[in-house]
Amino acid sequence: MIRVEHLTKVFGGFEAVHNVSFEVGKGEIFAFLGPNGAGKTTTIKILTTLLQPTSGQIWLDGKDPEKEKAHARRSFGIVFQDPSLDGDMTAKENLELHAVLYGVPKKVAKPRIESLLKLFELWDRRDVQAKKFSGGMKRRLEIARGFLHTPKILFLDEPTLGLDPQSRNQLWSHVKQLNEDEQVTVFLTTHYMDEADRVAHRVAVIDHGKIVAIGSPEEIKLKTGTETLEAAFLALTGSAVRDESADPAAAMRQFAQMWKR
Amino acid sequence: MGVIYILWLREMKRYFRSRAQMIASLGQPVLYLVGLGFGMGPVYAQAGHGNYLQFLAPGVIGMTVLFSSVFSGMGLLWDRQFGFLKETLVAPQPRILIMAGRTLGGATVAMMQGLLVTIVCVIAGFRPTNLAAIPLGFAFMALIAIVFSALGTTIGSALKDMQGFQMTMNFLVLPIFFMSGALFPLTTVGPVLRVITAIDPLAYGIDGMRSELLGAAMGQVRFGPGIDGIVLVCVALLFLSLGAYSFSKIEV
Repeated sequence: MIRVEHLTKVFGGFEAVHNVSFEVGKGEIFAFLGPNGAGKTTTIKILTTLLQPTSGQIWLDGKDPEKEKAHARRSFGIVFQDPSLDGDMTAKENLELHAVLYGVPKKVAKPRIESLLKLFELWDRRDVQAKKFSGGMKRRLEIARGFLHTPKILFLDEPTLGLDPQSRNQLWSHVKQLNEDEQVTVFLTTHYMDEADRVAHRVAVIDHGKIVAIGSPEEIKLKTGTETLEAAFLALTGSAVRDESADPAAAMRQFAQMWKR
Repeated sequence: MGVIYILWLREMKRYFRSRAQMIASLGQPVLYLVGLGFGMGPVYAQAGHGNYLQFLAPGVIGMTVLFSSVFSGMGLLWDRQFGFLKETLVAPQPRILIMAGRTLGGATVAMMQGLLVTIVCVIAGFRPTNLAAIPLGFAFMALIAIVFSALGTTIGSALKDMQGFQMTMNFLVLPIFFMSGALFPLTTVGPVLRVITAIDPLAYGIDGMRSELLGAAMGQVRFGPGIDGIVLVCVALLFLSLGAYSFSKIEV
């Protein structure tokens, strides 16, 4: 479903992704793990056509996303690392807008929106503005939105960041259910190793823009001789803390917070 | 078409849901109308130009439409900040449709603000002398709204943060307002101001509104409605293309 060969992305002089190759099969849940600044989000941005690769080849659903952008974009759903809802609109309106943007006919969209909102336990709150939702509810709404146009692939970039264990559990069980029911391929990144261990069929560990290990969680644990995926992860990437400079978007969000309170 | 419509509808919903903002944004025009209109009125009358409030009202309406449309174009910045922009940019739709929906939405919002201020002006004592030309007055208002929504989109696409917003406000929007002849007649200005005001698109919008609503004499008309209309349509096309171009270059 996803095939990446020798992908490289250079920003200025900095190589964010270096010669990365991997393949994800249909209906698979694939976790991309790595410390901050390892190149996870950059890879997702390239896969989702938001960035152009410096070199390398990509196939999404058998097609080159660079050449067939609209087709590629219809074939995946994405939940970004940062929130991307319109807070002034209600849960239902957010989904309706998404349906129009993705060309889902009204007749199909209406029952689909209802069933997704029910599955993600937001149906009772469908007419509430998204800005009044809790962090967990917003995340659920975004994931429901990602599934709305029945994509073949769903990208989840750190979807559980900042959520409590209850919300995380619930979120993954929904994702797993839809993965089984609709055979959606799921490509996720997370910092919670236990999640990856439990949810993902296969994981890849990336560090400094290179893949250092790839395989099922069991294989990776076996290879590093560790008992948990977290220990394996630390064995592979070392325990030095990575610094990540705040990007302009983060700085701006901080500025907005100042204004709001 | 559905895409343009739904994004236009989004702007409408946001507008009608923020009543507080709607009312707050009436504050400034009302101040200009009361403070300047009534305050400077006697001086203007002494100078032999007649009723200042009559003259000022189209200027204040133009100002409202200018601010409102530039701001809604720059609403892009907020959408970038709260992430919603990404949702529209990864959608399988040509960006030009997304830009068109947003810009039309912003222009419509600006029009409605302009209508509200028109009502306030009439309450304050503004009386258009030529009632039959009111639709044409609104047409000029609509042109102002489109020109400056497109300008707002152009700037909003190019800026990355709020610091730039202040810059735009002080070095672009306020000069456009003050050099437009919203507050003073353009027929009697000196040679330097004569040139500066001639390159200000808002000057043509307000000139057009005055010539329709007040007539040539009372409105102190400089260019005349024909030139006004042609210039505004050309500038609108130019800004729309610029906006579409810079919107297509946004990276997230």
